[in-house]
Amino acid sequence: MVGSTLACALGGDEALQDKKVLVLEAGPQVKLDKLPELYSNRVSTVSSGSQKLLESVGAWKHIENMRAKPFRRMQVWDACGDGYLTFEASNDPLQHAVNMGYIVENNVLVTALEMELEKLRSNVDVLYKTKLKKFKIPPPTTSDVDSPWAEIVLEDGQKFSTRLLVGADGFNSQVRRNSDINCISHDYKQSGVVATLCFSEPTDNIVAWQRFLPTGPIAILPLSDSQSSLVWSTTTSHAKNLVSLPEEKFVEAVNDALTEDIARNSLSEMASRLMHNVLSTVQPDYLGLQIPPTIESIEENSRASFPLALNHSSYYVKPRMALIGDAAHRIHPLAGQGVNLGFGDVECLRDELRQAAIDGQDLGSLEHLLRYETARQKQVTVMMGATHGLNTLFSTSFLPFVMVRNLGFQMTNALTPVKKQIVEYAMK
Amino acid sequence: MAAKSIKILSNFRRFCAIRSVFFSYKRACSSYGQTTVDDEEVFKFSELCSEFWDINGPFQALHTMNRLRVPLIRDALLRDTEGKIGTKPLKDKNILDIGCGGGILCEPLARLGANVMGIDASAEAISVAQHHAKHDPEVWERVNYRCMTAEDLVNQSDGFDAVVASEVIEHINDPEFFVETCAQLAKPGGSLILTTINRTPQSYLLAILGAEYVLNIVERGTHDWNKFVPDDQLASLVIYNGFTIHMIQGLCYNPFTRQWSKLGDTSVNYALVAQKEFV
Repeated sequence: MVGSTLACALGGDEALQDKKVLVLEAGPQVKLDKLPELYSNRVSTVSSGSQKLLESVGAWKHIENMRAKPFRRMQVWDACGDGYLTFEASNDPLQHAVNMGYIVENNVLVTALEMELEKLRSNVDVLYKTKLKKFKIPPPTTSDVDSPWAEIVLEDGQKFSTRLLVGADGFNSQVRRNSDINCISHDYKQSGVVATLCFSEPTDNIVAWQRFLPTGPIAILPLSDSQSSLVWSTTTSHAKNLVSLPEEKFVEAVNDALTEDIARNSLSEMASRLMHNVLSTVQPDYLGLQIPPTIESIEENSRASFPLALNHSSYYVKPRMALIGDAAHRIHPLAGQGVNLGFGDVECLRDELRQAAIDGQDLGSLEHLLRYETARQKQVTVMMGATHGLNTLFSTSFLPFVMVRNLGFQMTNALTPVKKQIVEYAMK
Repeated sequence: MAAKSIKILSNFRRFCAIRSVFFSYKRACSSYGQTTVDDEEVFKFSELCSEFWDINGPFQALHTMNRLRVPLIRDALLRDTEGKIGTKPLKDKNILDIGCGGGILCEPLARLGANVMGIDASAEAISVAQHHAKHDPEVWERVNYRCMTAEDLVNQSDGFDAVVASEVIEHINDPEFFVETCAQLAKPGGSLILTTINRTPQSYLLAILGAEYVLNIVERGTHDWNKFVPDDQLASLVIYNGFTIHMIQGLCYNPFTRQWSKLGDTSVNYALVAQKEFV
């Protein structure tokens, strides 16, 4: 997804028109001829920043023609207390219709990008069902070697030389592993359970819901007026159990997870109530906690689970090599920011490569690649720290933590300028 | 006439100058000058190649300077072109780079479509430049490197659309004659782009005292502060030789971020862009 977006972005860039792009795709071409009636259980939260990028590469209009569901509000709350946060793209009541982002099915995204890639055939080639066999990246000082280019050999024996090899090959990136780049990993010992949920009756469905349970956050993301996508991060054993439950039991478990109070403590509740009284005096238009719609059923066979981990590559670039997306960084899905970080990489790398071309630089030269690395690492480490920190902070029902986070939630919720900052960051 | 001969120092000296200004180089560089043909020669040559083209190496400041000077040259040549730049904006432009060294500035100009002639008094630097360009088809068909001086070229050329001397004048004995030669090499309407170091107390502090005496980064005596050319003096020289000055721009190198930026103050490094009058 992120790789195709980069191919579209580079292939369509005016300053890079005389450059050739080759996309190596392990799988077959994914292209929906007709939009399936049922929603896919693999979805992405596309921030408005990412949406602008997709618009600039021409893919967004295809996505809109297929399907994408905007959300305008986000509610985050704690199962162990009364603390909650609501985010809106704009606090101005006149601008109530501002979208915070979109929920898009992954296969819709890929199809839209394929449609754009087909238009760029003059300078972008795609090889499907291919595998990289090996590649060689020249040492930083290149004058002595036979070839100063990155040399690539495919499984079928085809060979290519390139100025720049971009690894967009996922968290288990072959490009990263074969480049001796160190990667920090952390196993969350959690799994994400996904499913397509159906409501008992249609609603506006413009809110992305996320509730923190001591076992992990559960998120419900709007797909349509009557359906939402579930992303439930929980302990690995619980996830296994959830996936194997009969469907009615699973629905029950989801509804419970969204409503049931866990490990309540009178001291913590008193503190929260006190805080609430103070805040509602200071800020009378303080919006109360809302309850998500009740889930009635799930789409048949829409359940799946996948392990959660954090990965961070110590370098994103080497001479003639760059990593983007999950190949460089993988974060906890709780904020739905993983793919947006990948799109951010694409935008930044495209801008640096465009500038390099305008300045007549060799596209694979480390100089501007380092600029890409510095800019992205700043952004990624902040997001990584935030998601990791939130997941850790909420993975406990230990009283002092519960109190701190609930009071923190309440305070943050009341502090409009702080909230605005967070929203702006998340929408990037 | 012999007394007027331009002595462009071989280009490693030029880079020594850069290094000493920016405290970024720890290695004595005088050894390049001793060229005896022996077994070490090949090794030394490849080492020199590596040094020129390692963007984190001793010439780092010149590599990063490209980000400012390439647009400066490009925009000087495209002054009359409106709108779109395209992928080969300098197609059919002939550029002369005096004191080209290993080709650090010639290559990006060639990639922008220009035909670039790079000349340098150092035969080794010219070999490095040729060797490096050979690998890149985008560059190789558009560059022409020659070991010669600017004055030798005067009678052999039809004139260039742009004459560039970047970080060269501060090593020249006779700047008057040098600018006169540049003027002869530029076509009527052609551009002259010079970057160099000013003769000010600040440049003395940075380039001479700081680098050579305080930090001992470069051998003492590498620089001659008296050879640095003040911006107003260079400007009058350029005007005297029939040019109109378009811009004098201060340049600033930050040794911590290792990046160049533009600056109003021209007291240390500066660039001058001028256009030769048509008559």
